Amino acid sequence: MDLSILSWGADGWGDEFFYATLITISVAICSFFFGIILAAGAATMKLSGNAILKSIANGYTTIVRGIPELLVIYLVFYGGNTVLMSIADDLFNYDEYIELPIFLMGVVCIGLSSGAYSTEVIRGAVLAVPIGTIEAAKAIGMSTSIRFRRILLPQVARYALPGLGNVWQLTLKETSLISVIGLAEIVRISKIGAGSEKQPFTFFLTGLILFLVLAALSDRGYLSLEKWSNKGVRKS
Amino acid sequence: MDLDIIKESIPAIFAALPVTLALVSISLFFGFFLSMIVALGRLSEYWILHRSAYLFVYIFRSTPLLIQMFLIYYGSGQFKEELDAVGLWQFFKEPWFCAILSLTLNTGAYTSEIIRGGIQSVTLGFLEAGRACGMSTIQLFRRITFPLAMRQALPAYGNEVILMVKSTSLASTITIMDMTGVYTDISSEYFSPFEPIIVAGSFYLMINYIVTLLISRAEKKLAITVM
Repeated sequence: MDLSILSWGADGWGDEFFYATLITISVAICSFFFGIILAAGAATMKLSGNAILKSIANGYTTIVRGIPELLVIYLVFYGGNTVLMSIADDLFNYDEYIELPIFLMGVVCIGLSSGAYSTEVIRGAVLAVPIGTIEAAKAIGMSTSIRFRRILLPQVARYALPGLGNVWQLTLKETSLISVIGLAEIVRISKIGAGSEKQPFTFFLTGLILFLVLAALSDRGYLSLEKWSNKGVRKS
Repeated sequence: MDLDIIKESIPAIFAALPVTLALVSISLFFGFFLSMIVALGRLSEYWILHRSAYLFVYIFRSTPLLIQMFLIYYGSGQFKEELDAVGLWQFFKEPWFCAILSLTLNTGAYTSEIIRGGIQSVTLGFLEAGRACGMSTIQLFRRITFPLAMRQALPAYGNEVILMVKSTSLASTITIMDMTGVYTDISSEYFSPFEPIIVAGSFYLMINYIVTLLISRAEKKLAITVM
């Protein structure tokens, strides 16, 4: 194994791997938060009394959690382009090839699947909030929005944190699938490097180690976040 | 929406169903044995066993399956001569072998944590009672620890099976023509991603639905009836 090809600069792949890692991190962060926004909506729909809203949200989580992420990516990426091109053709008579920005598409794909998992976490966290705290807030005359901001949200955030930590690890790993549509993240760069330098093991091992480092850093960050969120909570 | 494409893709994707099912069942089968060994290793008192089992689980759970698969399938090519010398290259050049190896290692790591949780949940009193009756360590494991651990682990194992069904789609990236592989073929042939995905997606949903049913039936069977 010749490790000099991993050096920084024009001859080595060190800088490429560094930027690829940054892309992996940014895709993961953006899709995680996009997923949480989706999940907040879907969880609200699931907890609402409306049967139609409930079944829409159930359909979303069942389908996205039941079919492979790779199919979701193919659907959003190729399907999105096809739809956009036919709309452009119909409305503006524009028949050139259009391609949506890969980064954005990646975030949408991974966010959709991450959101389905977060939905269940957030729903569980809302159900875990002791109903007495809500009643107390109502009793002293808080409006719905104040009640949400001061009572519900802080408690839900704390209950959801462990589950969301798992979803984050899942999302981080799922970003690897975006390599199939060509976004230059860690797996993609490993594959390109492996092909052009004829040292596949070295390159894929490097990619694997980068993911290990990211996972270890997330563990570290997650522990301190959990400590912070449980400040002032009495331990039994 | 073109109904002809749907009609065309149903038999084609259905023909690839056995491939997906084979990938799932073979790797779950070997992965289960691996996970038993790893779980017992993690619970062992010898630090070398317990550290190495921990390391194995940590590596395979914190990295994406895709890169594990690429490392095994493409990465083994870098050691072609060495592998050939020990007679292993004939296995590693096969995408099937590499897909099943990586899926097995992956599910082995995840399942071992589930089984470890199950084993740890077994109440100490049962083991003491078994020992008091004069059972040997192996008998104790076979008659008490194992069945109780399995019952505890079953719901989580059901989730793992569903994740595995979904994970097998990654085998299509190393040239295996499973349902996802056939899907990409059809969608590029007709230049239409929508219709075949409805078919492929329904097949995956159907498999996962059946898995859920089987697991919940098994759970009911193993549950303790109070009345």
